[in-house]
Amino acid sequence: MSLIETRHLTKIYDVGEEGVHALKDISVSIEKGEFVAIMGPSGSGKSTFMNIIGCLDQPTSGEYFLDGRQIRGLTRDELAAIRNRRIGFVFQGFNLLARTSALENVQLPLLYSHVPPRERKEKSLAALEMMGLEGREYHHPNQLSGGQQQRVAIARALVNNAPILMADEPTGNLDTKTSQEIMELLVGLNRNAGTTIILVTHEPDIAAFSRRIIRFLDGQVISDEEVKKS
Amino acid sequence: MIDIAATLKIALRALWVNKMRSTLTMLGIIIGVSAVILMLAVGTGVSRKVSSQISSIGSNLLIVMPGSTTQGGVRMGGGTQSTLTKDDADAILRECSAVSAVAPIHPGTAQVVYGNQNWSTGIQGTTPGILEVKDCGLTAGRNISEQDVRSATKVCLLGQTVVDNLFGGMDPIGQVIRIRKIPFTVIGVLEPKGQSLSGQDQDDIVIIPLSTAQKKLFGRTIPGVVRIIMVKAGSSEDLAVAQRQVTDLLRQRHRIGPNKEEDFTVMNLTQVLDMAQQTAKTFALLLGAIASVSLLVGGIGIMNIMLVSVTERTREIGIRMAVGAKTWDIRIQFIIEALTLSMIGGLIGILIGSGGSFLLSAVFEIPSVVSFFSVLLSFSFSVLVGIFFGFYPAYKASLLNPIDALRFE
Repeated sequence: MSLIETRHLTKIYDVGEEGVHALKDISVSIEKGEFVAIMGPSGSGKSTFMNIIGCLDQPTSGEYFLDGRQIRGLTRDELAAIRNRRIGFVFQGFNLLARTSALENVQLPLLYSHVPPRERKEKSLAALEMMGLEGREYHHPNQLSGGQQQRVAIARALVNNAPILMADEPTGNLDTKTSQEIMELLVGLNRNAGTTIILVTHEPDIAAFSRRIIRFLDGQVISDEEVKKS
Repeated sequence: MIDIAATLKIALRALWVNKMRSTLTMLGIIIGVSAVILMLAVGTGVSRKVSSQISSIGSNLLIVMPGSTTQGGVRMGGGTQSTLTKDDADAILRECSAVSAVAPIHPGTAQVVYGNQNWSTGIQGTTPGILEVKDCGLTAGRNISEQDVRSATKVCLLGQTVVDNLFGGMDPIGQVIRIRKIPFTVIGVLEPKGQSLSGQDQDDIVIIPLSTAQKKLFGRTIPGVVRIIMVKAGSSEDLAVAQRQVTDLLRQRHRIGPNKEEDFTVMNLTQVLDMAQQTAKTFALLLGAIASVSLLVGGIGIMNIMLVSVTERTREIGIRMAVGAKTWDIRIQFIIEALTLSMIGGLIGILIGSGGSFLLSAVFEIPSVVSFFSVLLSFSFSVLVGIFFGFYPAYKASLLNPIDALRFE
C-alpha cells in the first residue's frame, strides 16, 4: 500500500441548503519519497484535500489510509498524535507563535510528544542549524524576515523527524529570490533525507520544483502527471 | 506526562503580555482572599478574647445571689435582700457533692493607703476558697487561712494593679497598709488576670478575711450576712448537678415551700459566657461567608478573562493543535493559566489580609488572629476558584476544530 492513499474522498461544507462540494470522489495515491505539487485555482479544493490528508480535517465520506492505517473514525487525540509524529506543516502565513523565540517555536512538536527538555533543546538547535538559522535562535518572529520565519516553520515541521512535509503555499508571502531559496531547501530535503513532500501552490514555477503535479478543478482531479525535468 | 514546567512558562508569558489585564483580574481574588483572612482573623481574635476572659473569671462557676426585696409592691432587683450567710456557704461545701469550692463574698470599696500613696479600690471579704474558685494563683506570699477567717486577723492579699499603684517597684509582702485607717499586713500578691468581659480591671482588688470585713471594716451589716456566694463545681459536667444541689439545699435551709418564689438566684456564669463565645464564632463565620462572595466574584472575573483570552488566541490554539497538542494539552495550558492568576492573587491576598490583621491589632487594638486554618481555607478556595472557573474556557478551547482555529483571523 502507498504512503498516502485516498479512496472516493468527498468533502461537503454545510453552507446554505445545498452544501458545497469541496471535494468530489478523490482517489489518489502518493508513494514514500515523492515530491508532489497540488495545483489549481482558488476554490478548486486543493487546500481542503491537503487538510484532510494532513489529518487536520475529516472527509464527509470516502476512505483515507496513511501508511496503511485507516484514518477515518480516529479520535481527536489519535489524529493529534499522527500530526505530531508523522506530518510537518508549513503554511503560507508561517503560523509561528508570536512573542516566542524561534527556538521555542521549533520545540513545540517535541513538547507535545513529551521529549525531555534537554533533548528538546538539542534537537531544535540542530534543526535550526540545518535551516541556516544559527544566531537567530532567540529571535522572535517579528525580528525575522519572511524567509527566515518560513525556515523556522520548516525546522518546526522537521524537528520530530516527520516523514511527510505538507506545505500550503509556502512561498505565497515571499519574494521571488527567497521563494527560490525555500524551494531549493525543500528539494534538498526530499532528495537527501527522503522526506515526502506535498506542496500546494497555484504558481507554475513553484510547482516546477516538484516531480509530480496533481491538478484540481471544482473539487475534482483533472490531471496527474510526472514533471519532465529538462 | 504533560510538561508542567514548560506549560507554566507558557502561562506566565501569556499573563505577562497582558500585565494590566492580569493584574485587574487578580485584584478580584486579592480582595476576596484578604477579606476572608481579615474577617476570620477578627472573628477568631474576638472569640479568643472571650474565652480568655472566661478562663480569667474561673471556670465551672455558679454565682449565688440573694433575691430581690419588695418594698410596698416595688421589687428592688437582685441582690438587695440580705438572705445569704456564711453558714449557707459552709453548708453548700459540706453537703453538695458536685461542689469543689465555695467563697462567700462581702464586698465594699475603700481608700487604701501606704506611705504617701493612696488608691481607691474594691475590697472583698472572703474565705480561703476564693483562690480556687477564681482559678487564681499567687505570685508571692501565702493565701489567707481558715485561722485568719476565724480570728478576723488584719491581713490582706493585693491585686497587681493595687501593688503597682501603692508600692511601685517595691516588694509589698510584710508591709502594712491602711484601709479606712485600719492597718493590714500584706501577706500575698494575686496573679494578674486582666480585664473582665465588661472591661473591669480584675487586678484592682484587695482580698481580706470575711470576718475582718464584716466586723472591722464594713460593720453595719447584719452579722454573718454575705452579698454573694461563688461556687465552683468539680467539673463542667458537674455544673448542672451542682446548680440543682445548691438550689435544693438553699430552698431547704431558707424554708421555702414548694411553688414559692426563691429568695436567692443561682446563676451559671459559664453558660452565659459560652453563649457569648458562640455568638462571636457565628459572627466570624458570617463575615467569612460574606467575604467569600467576593472571592466568587473574583472567580467569575477570571472566567471572563480566560474566555476572552481563548478567543484572542484561537490561532495560537490552532497552531498548537496542528503540531500535535492533544485535548488535555490545551486544557491544562488554560487551566494552569487560570490557576496561576488565582494562586498569585491568593498569595498576595494572604499577605495583604495578614498585614491588615496585624495593623488592626497593633494600631486599632481590635483583637485579630490570622489562623493557619484561615490561610489554608482561603488559599485552597482560590485554587478551587481557579480550577473551577478556568475549566470552562479551557474546555471550550480544547474543542476547537484545528482547521477552523488555524484560519481564525
